[in-house]
Amino acid sequence: MDKRILVIIPCYNEEASLPALLAEMRAISDYDISILAINDCSTDNTAEVIASADIASLQLPVNLGIGGAMQTGFLYAQEHHFDIAIQLDGDGQHPPSELHKLIEQHEKTGVNVVIGSRFIARSGFQSTWSRRLGIRYLCFLNRLFTGSNIYDSTSGFRLFDKKAIAIAADLYPDEYPEPESLVLFTKYRLLISEIPVTMRERQGGISSIRYLASFYYIVKVSLAMFYSFIRYTKK
Amino acid sequence: MARIQIIALSTSVLFLLYISYLIVKGRLREEYAITWITCTAILIIFSFWRNGLEIMSHFFGVYEAPNLVFTGAIFAILIYLLHLSIVNSKLHSGNKKMAQEIALLKARIDKLESSAR
Repeated sequence: MDKRILVIIPCYNEEASLPALLAEMRAISDYDISILAINDCSTDNTAEVIASADIASLQLPVNLGIGGAMQTGFLYAQEHHFDIAIQLDGDGQHPPSELHKLIEQHEKTGVNVVIGSRFIARSGFQSTWSRRLGIRYLCFLNRLFTGSNIYDSTSGFRLFDKKAIAIAADLYPDEYPEPESLVLFTKYRLLISEIPVTMRERQGGISSIRYLASFYYIVKVSLAMFYSFIRYTKK
Repeated sequence: MARIQIIALSTSVLFLLYISYLIVKGRLREEYAITWITCTAILIIFSFWRNGLEIMSHFFGVYEAPNLVFTGAIFAILIYLLHLSIVNSKLHSGNKKMAQEIALLKARIDKLESSAR
């Protein structure tokens, strides 16, 4: 395959998991892959870890959250004319060994966005029941607003093609962007496909979504999806 | 002039002077000052016009005049808070764009510097 691929690794305080992740990334040689680490103003030694790794990196001067960080990555991908961007979280939940599944799915079907899902095949890390309940609700919301069945709309393990990169560079949501962006992509008539991948428990750091915050997450995402649904007219 | 009128008037005038001072010093933008100046102007009018509140209450059909004050004030505060949220959202998106631009530019400069070496 002659497409240029950019793997975007958004990092916020991931000094513990990042070295192993980058080592795994380097082991991949099947594709022409460039790596871009985005340090979202971490307060630990993430910046040093990235600097010592000899990869492209962006240092955000203020903390923008996952969406803002990813959008910066999309802007970079656009600026450097990459054909494909893949999001790989810095906490190590997304194993680089599964990357090829996303790429193959894109090659095979030509869809614009490929989502690596935890729920299609029941293997690997499945997360807690309350989180699964939340995800079921999000799945319902997703069916409501996009008309398609995406089981793991919160998964950040995604591949974006050139068209999706251009839209995301312009309009990617900044807080909890995963479910909301699916509404956006659907409105722009992008094709989305979901494939099963095996994910791991986070390798270090703490999840950004806990307890009370998960209630806020649900409310915020519901509102955001609803308003995205009415904001964007079908292109 | 009753004592309360003098107190209300002098407070309003002092407030107005302080707002003007902030604008002159460039610490308050005029568009945000409009609300404050309007509020002070209303206070000054009602300080002179003592029957004003009764007349306005009667006009709006409010039986207890002070209730009109509370309703009006709370409504004005809500609108102003909404306005501040809008300003804040605008700042937020501007700030995000700046941070992204800075990060991208920094990466470009680093690349240029390392290739020049």
